[in-house]
Amino acid sequence: MGGRRVRLLLLGGAVLATTVLVAAVTVGPLATVAGGSQELSIAAAADLKFAMDELVGVYQQDHPNTEITVTYGSSGTFFAQLGQGAPFDLFFSADESYPMRLEDQGIAVKGSTFPYAIGRIVVWVPNGSALDVKVNGLEVLLDPAARHIAIANPEHAPYGKAAVAALEYAGLYEQVKDRLVLGENVAQAAQYAESGSADVGIIALSLALAPTLADQGTYWEIPADYHPEIDQGAAIISASKAQAAAKDFASFMQSPAARAVMQRYGFVLPGEG
Amino acid sequence: MDLPALWLSLRLAAITTLLLFVVGVPIAYWLASTRSRFKPVVEALVALPIVLPPTVLGFFLLLSMGSNGPLGQLSEGVFGRPLAFTFEALVIASVLYSLPFAVQPIAVAFAAVDRGLIEASWTLGTSRLRTFARIMVPLSRGGLIAGGVLAFAHTLGEFGVVLMVGGNIPGVTRTLSMAIYDDVQALDYGSATLTAVFLLVVSFFALVLTYAGQGRVAAAWRTT
Repeated sequence: MGGRRVRLLLLGGAVLATTVLVAAVTVGPLATVAGGSQELSIAAAADLKFAMDELVGVYQQDHPNTEITVTYGSSGTFFAQLGQGAPFDLFFSADESYPMRLEDQGIAVKGSTFPYAIGRIVVWVPNGSALDVKVNGLEVLLDPAARHIAIANPEHAPYGKAAVAALEYAGLYEQVKDRLVLGENVAQAAQYAESGSADVGIIALSLALAPTLADQGTYWEIPADYHPEIDQGAAIISASKAQAAAKDFASFMQSPAARAVMQRYGFVLPGEG
Repeated sequence: MDLPALWLSLRLAAITTLLLFVVGVPIAYWLASTRSRFKPVVEALVALPIVLPPTVLGFFLLLSMGSNGPLGQLSEGVFGRPLAFTFEALVIASVLYSLPFAVQPIAVAFAAVDRGLIEASWTLGTSRLRTFARIMVPLSRGGLIAGGVLAFAHTLGEFGVVLMVGGNIPGVTRTLSMAIYDDVQALDYGSATLTAVFLLVVSFFALVLTYAGQGRVAAAWRTT
């Protein structure tokens, strides 16, 4: 390569880099909010991944001026981050204790915690798996073909806690505990199972029913009495500057339209028993 | 591909690179010219992010920038909000995290400039600043470009630190690497692949650009 061509290449690169640099530093964030609209930032437990995407879509049809962003993760991680001042407006936990504790600490608005769903867990295997969950239920975990069993991290993910409780209740925990692989949250546990990295996963029913996963595998519903009820609560964050929008979205969750979506994702709703 | 995340990452990398020139060039100049016995200590501090696990750096930053940390309290007092989980927090974290990638090639290039030329310039009455601008900078161009490109590319791809201090908020702290992590969890492999390939290509060309222009300097840097 001649010196001139190298120099041209360098010059081109430099021009490109300078353009990007100047544009990046001077132009602000891409998603600037137009006048009259407002932003609502939601932290949602990972079991809500697909349900919440749909709920936000439904909500925005009637509220085109509310710009909603949702971050998914494990409830315990959000609890810790909110304690450090993470700027979310609304927190949908996968349990009730995290929002309650945030209320006690003054981080969530006093009395704002409301139950919005009761979750269920399932044993899930991908299509073509040697494990027959429909017939054998949780017993498939004893099969040597179940080399890795994906669950959410029970340290900070309520769905992981429920999975461990169910394994203990079934008397299987001691036999399978060395084969557990822990996802940061239940959606990651589901991804481990879906991709075949793990042979089987104990995941949220709401994820097993999601369109992206529904035709990828089969599941067996773990009976509800195998683990303490997964009562999911949400709370409004005190430091939020979008209190009205947060309240409005919270009341939308009780609406027939929202409840219909939640039911479709396998959630039992509060007040239904 | 997640366009707001792409834009966020580009902004983060660009601002970080600019700040690294402001902070890194004086440090590099000092490292290249000093005979202080504290030089190894400063060198070690600058290089620390290369060996330090990103989660460790992220953890310390989170503690210092959170509601109860010193930086967080300072920010609370001045701006009325904690520092963690903001774009500014990512900038601070990225500057620290990418510091060695900017400073090391620049310091090596400065050190390679013939001392005789600089001293000749001084004895001819040219000021130190002017000597720096007219002699050091042109002769170290390769190292300066390498430092900038590496800092930019390294910031574009960081993950562990961002995960700890950023909180993955769309449009605020969700960078490209966070978008990949999210896409995989959402089983959106198409989008994850697109972003991953993009980062792969950018990283590759950043290195090609670095090596093509400054084979000599880059080679010298490898051996430090």
